[in-house]
Amino acid sequence: MSDLTTLSISKLQAGFRQGDFTPVDAVRALEEKITKVDPAIGAYLSRDVQSALAAAEKADISLPLGGVPIGIKDAINVVGEPCTCASKILAGFRSPYDATVIAKLRAAGAIPFGRLNMDEFAMGSSTENSAYQKTRNPWDTSRIPGGSSGGSAASVAACEAFATLGSDTGGSIRQPASLCGVVGLKPSYGRVSRYGLVAFASSLDQIGPIGRSTRDCAAILNAISGKDPHDSTSLDVPSEDFTANLGRDLKGVKLGIPAEYFVDGMDQRVREKVESAIKLCEQLGAELIPVSLPHTQYAVGVYYIIATAEASANLARFDGVRYGHRAKNPRDLLDHYMRTREEGFGSEVKRRIILGTYVLSSGYYDAYYLRAQKVRTLIRQDFAKAFEKVDAIICPTSPDLAFKIGERVDDPLRMYLADIFTIATNLAGICGISVPCGLVEEEGKKLPVGLQFLGKAMDETRLLGIADAFERTGSQQVLTALPNTL
Amino acid sequence: MSSPNLDVRDVARLARIELTDEEVATFQSQLGKVLEYVEQLKSLDVSAVEPTAHANPIFNVFREDMAKPGLDRQAALANAPHSANNLVVVTKVIE
Repeated sequence: MSDLTTLSISKLQAGFRQGDFTPVDAVRALEEKITKVDPAIGAYLSRDVQSALAAAEKADISLPLGGVPIGIKDAINVVGEPCTCASKILAGFRSPYDATVIAKLRAAGAIPFGRLNMDEFAMGSSTENSAYQKTRNPWDTSRIPGGSSGGSAASVAACEAFATLGSDTGGSIRQPASLCGVVGLKPSYGRVSRYGLVAFASSLDQIGPIGRSTRDCAAILNAISGKDPHDSTSLDVPSEDFTANLGRDLKGVKLGIPAEYFVDGMDQRVREKVESAIKLCEQLGAELIPVSLPHTQYAVGVYYIIATAEASANLARFDGVRYGHRAKNPRDLLDHYMRTREEGFGSEVKRRIILGTYVLSSGYYDAYYLRAQKVRTLIRQDFAKAFEKVDAIICPTSPDLAFKIGERVDDPLRMYLADIFTIATNLAGICGISVPCGLVEEEGKKLPVGLQFLGKAMDETRLLGIADAFERTGSQQVLTALPNTL
Repeated sequence: MSSPNLDVRDVARLARIELTDEEVATFQSQLGKVLEYVEQLKSLDVSAVEPTAHANPIFNVFREDMAKPGLDRQAALANAPHSANNLVVVTKVIE
């Protein structure tokens, strides 16, 4: 049997249906691959092969994702499995229930398999903030895979997962997808239930798929989206087939180019690859239209006020009482809280809780939090105006190539600026996707560049159609060169 | 320039995190830079702008007031750091 692990989900399913191989073969092939490559990549925190094999035995391959193993970011609860958010404060925690996306994946026939590494509580852009292990970029293992869903992207790139779920609060699906040369989709806010996703910033968080094609991401979105009574912010909208626009071309599609997303200081090679990709879209029939998103420069500032404020409230639940780490022999309750959280949280998490507590504190609320919410309105209005003229916005996903492990750990502000092109999407609640658009040679290694398409809220079907039309021509150089033979 | 108003040790106490002296010094300087960066938001006139708290304007989501099955006691206690007699044991609150 040839190596199953390089197949797309659609080809894997075709193989199941033709009887070429079974879901059990798929799980076994993944396990073999993980055993071989993961010591070098470090994408998986844990996995339960026996239960995955048991689910594969029983898989109904007639279902939409029947028998397809899907890797899960360690922030999403799967009943009976560890869920640590790569934090020491949740060491040993086992989920008492399935997140809604997991229940929906199971209903669609998929097999949740493996817990994927991340920045602690999804706070980071490099996966270096995991309390457990480093994850390395499969294209160059001296480099970061991006973050926070670094394990989810690296595992797909290294062909040790067919597809995965990540979560995106300010770029945490799209940026690692870009740096690892795979496809990552952040759905519109409210499209996918957040029930069972450990909350970081509740007004920004969304769960989404990472895969080796737009089609695979669309198939997973079909399974996981929809109104959920357990998440009051999930939207009650008619269900759609997100694969409906796949296979079309770009003729007559209006693509907006925001001048503000081509900034001084971005890697010139990234810029050139993205500009060639935009030219390719024009050759494929798209109409290019300049648009302006004048408040883009404020997005990172707004984000680090709003996201940290929400995080400081959300992470108050980690108090060492009902679950998680508890400090030994506390003098009193205050000592219990303070030492539990000092011992359990890593530096970046502490930094953000402190910043969030500060911007919400009496006397500073208006100056920071309220002002940031107002600038958030201006950012939303920028997008609303742009989408009056265009079907989607086209821009880079990340201003940089994957950087070296350790290069930015001491400079949080510089790390925060890595999210400059992805953050505004979450503030506005719109959808976005990163697809590969080229490779740049650096120190003898090839590093992928990501192209980002942004669509208006709840316009995923159109967005996926556009990304797929680009991908079938513009991403193949990267997707066919995935480093699957580590 | 570190923000003159941010006292990391004081805010950490509000957030119930004990910090080492080294952490206080590092965070003071790093967060000072972040606060300096977000100062740029002050250059915008937002006096006539409504705040956005949430991407979708959803208010007052109601459901029927009906009891539904939840976690059973064993599952709810399974992750507790210390439990006894089907209860979570907590640090003493009242002297």
